[in-house]
Amino acid sequence: MSTEVLERPAATDEEEQVFVTLTVADQLCGVPVLGVRDILGEQSITRIPLAPPEIAGSLNLRGRIVTAIDLRRRLHLAPAPANQKRMSVVAEQGGELYALLVDQVSEVMSLRASEFERNPPTLAPEWAEFSTGIYRLEDRLLVVLDVARLLALSDAA
Amino acid sequence: MDDLLADFLTETNESLAELDVALVTLERTPDDANTLSLIFRMVHTIKGTCGFLGLPRLERVAHAAENVLGKVRDRTLVATPDIISVVLTAIDRIKAIVSGLAMTGNEPAGDDTALIDSLNATAAGHPPAHARPGDAPADLPPATAGAPPHAGTDAVASAPDAAAMEAPDAPSATLATGSAAAAPPAAAPTSAPPPVARPAAPAAAGETPHPVAVEADAAHPAPTAAGAPEMSSGPNTVQTIRVTVDVLEDLMTLVSELVLTRNQLLQLARTQENSGFTVPLQRLSHITSDLQEGVMKTRMQPIGNAWNKLPRIVRDLARDMDKKIELVMLGAETELDRQVLELIKDPLTHMVRNSGDHGLEKPAERRAAGKPETGRITLNAFHEGGHIIIEISDDGRGLPVDRIRAKVLAAGLATEAELASMTDAQITRFIFRAGFSTASVVTAVSGRGVGMDVVKTNIERIGGTVDLKSTPGQGTTFTIKIPLTLAIVSALIVEAGGERFAIPQISVVELVRAQREADRGDGQGSDSVIERINDTPVLRLRDRLLPLVSLNSLLALGAGDAVDSGAYIVVTQVGVNMLGIIVDKVFDTEEIVVKPVAPILRHVTMFSGNTILGDGSVIMILDPNGIARATGVGAGSESRMMGTHPTETIRSGDRTAMLLFKAGGAQKMAVPLGLVARLEDIPRDKIEMSCGAPVTQYRGKLMPLVSMGGGADEAGPRQPLLVFTDRDRSMGLMVDEIIDVVEDRLDIELSGARPGFLGTAVIAGQATDVLDTGYWLMQAWQDWFRFNPQADQADQRRRVLVVEDSDFFRQLLAPTLSAAGYQVSAAASAAEALRMRDAGAMFDAIVSDIEMPEMDGLQFAQAVRSSGPWIDLPMIALTAHAEPRDVEAGRDAGFTDYVVKFQRDALLSSLVQCLSESVSA
Repeated sequence: MSTEVLERPAATDEEEQVFVTLTVADQLCGVPVLGVRDILGEQSITRIPLAPPEIAGSLNLRGRIVTAIDLRRRLHLAPAPANQKRMSVVAEQGGELYALLVDQVSEVMSLRASEFERNPPTLAPEWAEFSTGIYRLEDRLLVVLDVARLLALSDAA
Repeated sequence: MDDLLADFLTETNESLAELDVALVTLERTPDDANTLSLIFRMVHTIKGTCGFLGLPRLERVAHAAENVLGKVRDRTLVATPDIISVVLTAIDRIKAIVSGLAMTGNEPAGDDTALIDSLNATAAGHPPAHARPGDAPADLPPATAGAPPHAGTDAVASAPDAAAMEAPDAPSATLATGSAAAAPPAAAPTSAPPPVARPAAPAAAGETPHPVAVEADAAHPAPTAAGAPEMSSGPNTVQTIRVTVDVLEDLMTLVSELVLTRNQLLQLARTQENSGFTVPLQRLSHITSDLQEGVMKTRMQPIGNAWNKLPRIVRDLARDMDKKIELVMLGAETELDRQVLELIKDPLTHMVRNSGDHGLEKPAERRAAGKPETGRITLNAFHEGGHIIIEISDDGRGLPVDRIRAKVLAAGLATEAELASMTDAQITRFIFRAGFSTASVVTAVSGRGVGMDVVKTNIERIGGTVDLKSTPGQGTTFTIKIPLTLAIVSALIVEAGGERFAIPQISVVELVRAQREADRGDGQGSDSVIERINDTPVLRLRDRLLPLVSLNSLLALGAGDAVDSGAYIVVTQVGVNMLGIIVDKVFDTEEIVVKPVAPILRHVTMFSGNTILGDGSVIMILDPNGIARATGVGAGSESRMMGTHPTETIRSGDRTAMLLFKAGGAQKMAVPLGLVARLEDIPRDKIEMSCGAPVTQYRGKLMPLVSMGGGADEAGPRQPLLVFTDRDRSMGLMVDEIIDVVEDRLDIELSGARPGFLGTAVIAGQATDVLDTGYWLMQAWQDWFRFNPQADQADQRRRVLVVEDSDFFRQLLAPTLSAAGYQVSAAASAAEALRMRDAGAMFDAIVSDIEMPEMDGLQFAQAVRSSGPWIDLPMIALTAHAEPRDVEAGRDAGFTDYVVKFQRDALLSSLVQCLSESVSA
């Protein structure tokens, strides 16, 4: 818990971070808005044979090819129901665009640092790996996703 | 103004701007080897180029400056501010001359002796301290500050503009510097001590002072400066503007987006019949298409654009070096991404220069070597296997391996032990190392060891590779390979397992429609059938087995092979191997811009990239090389050559398996594989002498050996042999090396000039001597052909007519059948044979080819069987096809038997059988 003490002084009440919130398998998550390039609705995605299972395929975003990553698979969740429409959050890394396929993208929220907590130590490792911490919202919890880690697929491959 | 000169000016102005910055950087960090090499290369390039453009004044200054820099690079001199200043002065002088050049098209007159002297003195290790204003070192910081804006100005403005701006400023600049006092930049020869000016005026002088202009004025005050403003709007207020590739990239992205939007609109309009939008939309559509095409075009340029300077350069080079050089340029229309083109331009120029300077010999030397006086430099550009290949080859003396080795040792690039373990090819690659040059004399053309170093760096920057192949006495070939990733290619769109893929058209040889095995027996005889060997699909394609791979299973697309429909086979060529890719559907070809796949997908080697099609969908581009690797094709398991010669119409389309070997010289020789009984490799000490002729014990008997070189070749511990056998007799032909077995069409140009050879044929793309087996058999056994117990028994030898259109096969069949005791007559065509019949000739049997021009074997057989004295003669068909269907057709036409070409024993036994039948009948 000492680490929590270290976190807090850095974050005063005035300091707010803005997140794009999204839902994946009913869990509310957030990614820092500054890292988000685009939000897309349902897209036609070209399958990429032989690619790692987390990679859903690639899609065309205004003439740029975007590699789509299935967030459910990446987070070791059950695959989405076949007929469910999915949305994408597009982020950029190393000059390449990646789309994170999620169930639903909702509002953009400003969250105060005082509501931030580190991951509970009991969080499953496959989640802890991609989460930088948790925000306590009034009615639910928001998991902050680390986009860079989510996209670090090539190390695993 | 000359295009060449205009280009030179633009480039040089850019280089000069960079040089200023780089030199100042160097002053701060004198040990920075990268900066130093950069500076050195830029000065070298300027020197090299102006040498060819006939700009002696520029060249002399640049050469002197390069000498100093060379010393600094070799660590003989340390880059002190003094030295940097001297070099900067030289750069300023170059700028002055260049701006003069831009205005008048000629080098301004002037005397650079003092400057060159001071440069040479510096190079010799005497810093010209006496010549310097004592304040120089103290002033350097402001100079440093002043330089970047100066450089910026030059970079932005094109040459004439810069000149125009500078010239009017000149007087005030002089004043300003005069008042600034600290740094008189004037390099006027008139001023007493050797003038060493500082490059950029102090920052205090603001934007106005331009040492370039000042110097130009000092050197020759009135004319050029005064003339400048009027002339500046003149010649090169160019037809082109320079746009960064980024801008074009962005444009293209936007256009792609526009196309997509257009497509959506068109889709909408189709659903609304009476819309007033239809006509304007059509127009929008056309314009969009044109726009897209136009933007695409901006990126692509034929490689010829990078070559158009070369003829002149080569011509001047030839004149300077007293050589005769012919420049051959092939594939100039090969399109390259502009960015790539820019980057390979200089390397190419360097390489061509190197070829001319180092590679080609002087005419006298060439004559002595038995080569034509005119040396040839060949540039060849083409697409291959998803890459653009550029070859620069010369027919000169080749790289001097010994000298390179010595140089490598001297430069400490490798130890003697390391060198000893290297092949010549590895050693020659040292020329790509920085600071390497074998030219003993530094010439104005090349030979400072920057050339190949620059080449390699530039090519690798765009992800390409460069390699070389050198044959002493025959020349050197450099091969530059640039990846596809930046280029537009035409691709075939196919579908498998419900997904679409693009296959680069370049590697597609043909498309074959085939039935899957399940559909066999539906009576559709026209389609080929995919057959399976233990689940491995193969296809019979024109007499050979084509290995197949199903895209569906290769890419694990999941969907089982559709059973109900036929499949398409995309026949691709990977190197020398052919591979068929089974797909479900084939669509159109499309021009695509290859984009690299995301880094997280790089390990999937089946794809060379991805792209967006016209309809907006993303599609993966298959890499045939990757597929071949994944399936093991080309890993040596399938090394059969499939010749890509265009079909020769007049010859029968037969291919023959030929054994290629070397004997008694470098020339390749061939013999039909069917005539060779075995290949042996015996230890040399097994060769014994009998009656002065070499023999060896072979299978319990003595076998005579015949050497093609005239005597036993003492080359190695083992002796390869081609063994020819007839009944219980064998003969070994000693050869130097057995090379390969290839299948190729045989078109012999009968020369007959040399005993032992039927003539020369083009086999696997190379001229090859074809062995006259009969001759060599006679060398071993004088009576080879006479010795025949069967023939002796019969009082009358059986007469056989051979009908065969190919000279070669006729030549071959005659001795073979004679050897077996037959009396052989030959006809070159069915018509000729029928004439023989009508003339009353009679035979005991007919051996006929099937594939012949005009009247083929089947028609011939029908003609024979229809009437005449030959009506009952046994007829044996010779053919490359012995499939049941063919045999059936042959029998229907009247052939008694069917023998595959070059199964000698089969032919003989068939003859015996047919003849005994006809006798007993």
